[in-house]
Amino acid sequence: MEHEHIVTSFDEDLSRLDSIIAQMGGLAERQLADAVDALNRRDVTLAQKVIETDKQIDLLEEEIDNFTIRVLALRQPMADDLRAVVVALKIAANLERIGDYAKNVAKRTLTLSTMEPVGNATASIQRMARQVQSMIKNVLDAYGAHDIAKADDVRMRDEEVDLMHTSLFRELLTYMLEDPRNITACTHLLFVAKNVERIGDHVTSIAENVHFLVSGEMPADERPKNDLSSETVIEEG
Amino acid sequence: MELAIHTEVSDKARVDMQGLSLPHKVTAQGVNVYYGDKQALKNVNLDIPSNMVTALIGPSGCGKSTFLRCLNRMNDVVDGCRIEGSITLDGEDVYARGVDVVHLRARVGMVFQKPNPFPKSIYDNVAYGPRIHGLAKNRTEMDEIVLTSLEKAGLLDEVRDRLEAPGTGLSGGQQQRLCIARAIAVEPEVILMDEPCSALDPIATAKIEELIDELKQNYTIIMVTHSMQQAARVSQKTAFFHLGELVEQGDTTDIFTKPVDERTQAYVTGRIG
Repeated sequence: MEHEHIVTSFDEDLSRLDSIIAQMGGLAERQLADAVDALNRRDVTLAQKVIETDKQIDLLEEEIDNFTIRVLALRQPMADDLRAVVVALKIAANLERIGDYAKNVAKRTLTLSTMEPVGNATASIQRMARQVQSMIKNVLDAYGAHDIAKADDVRMRDEEVDLMHTSLFRELLTYMLEDPRNITACTHLLFVAKNVERIGDHVTSIAENVHFLVSGEMPADERPKNDLSSETVIEEG
Repeated sequence: MELAIHTEVSDKARVDMQGLSLPHKVTAQGVNVYYGDKQALKNVNLDIPSNMVTALIGPSGCGKSTFLRCLNRMNDVVDGCRIEGSITLDGEDVYARGVDVVHLRARVGMVFQKPNPFPKSIYDNVAYGPRIHGLAKNRTEMDEIVLTSLEKAGLLDEVRDRLEAPGTGLSGGQQQRLCIARAIAVEPEVILMDEPCSALDPIATAKIEELIDELKQNYTIIMVTHSMQQAARVSQKTAFFHLGELVEQGDTTDIFTKPVDERTQAYVTGRIG
């Protein structure tokens, strides 16, 4: 919105919401990167740091919760201001969940670091995580710039994450079939892969909210989905 | 030629609305209003649906009150005021030659910003209109009209035992409900309200808003308000005026959550006043 509010402190409130979201988003993106990096390098110290840092995201979400309630009560925002406040509340919840998933990856990294590495799985997970990281970065840019095309693009890219997840699922099942001693590590890695895939879903949800923020409508078309892991069966032999 | 085009569009809209069994009570087409040289309304086209509350919003001087006052020809008495275009009530031109303005104002009642009861008893305030229009044959019928009107205006329980007390002795909120009872007493079809709550405290305002919500079952209500929250709370349709133009109209929900025009957006979010 090119115009400024007649009440300037209202503008300050809205930009504060934007800046907390930007801070949370940057933190969440970094948490995912660090968690997967720690997994790949079996870096226990970094994993521990990810677990600790999650508290910061939780605190920022709490701040958004309190602040949005205050803005709703005191400013009674309308039209795109109303959408901005509601969307900030929803995006904060998505980012908080992303943080939780990253933290869970870090916890499993601590466990996995005590076991023998299995095949190439962590490299595949890192490829998938890079894709999701770039989606987080783009969706935050789209949010900051009110760029609906960029948000829609992020939304469409989740399909690639689903495909990677399905292929990782097959890969891990194969390792388990090859050697039952891999089962514990592979089960943890399945959860790690699932966590990253779920982060992609939250990013998609953020992209849909950015679309709503800008246009006042949720995206109408069905988004392509390609997570076939729920149907995947590997026959022995 | 241009008028013919407007008519076509409006007929189509009317058919669309009838599909939802919501015929238009009042229709304004190409309305221009001038006060001397100054143009106060510019080519306003607006359909007002029956049995709904339509809120007219916009900054001071935008023409919303001028538009409201055209609907029951209150502008006739303003010197130098000139009106072009057409305003119809149930399809009949309210500015047509031979229209009885007194009768029109009985069909299209009005409640003003400041409660303005007559310096008479509560009873006589309500009985005044029915008496002029000869709506009651005897005292029993008049009692019936007065009590029913006070009841519909949500005031009866508070004044039942003092109907002969002066109307001006009531509280501001009660006075405004008395004025609503007075408007209802002549059995209008449309009630115009020009900022009916601006002189009232929040509790009295809430009572009037509740009353407006009940009244819409039987009347078509058109309300000018400066409070966007009030428009959002009580109306189903909202029309936004700016500098004499009708900028945007639509469902209240849409106007306050996703307005289309930049100017509406700027106004409802508090960026222009």
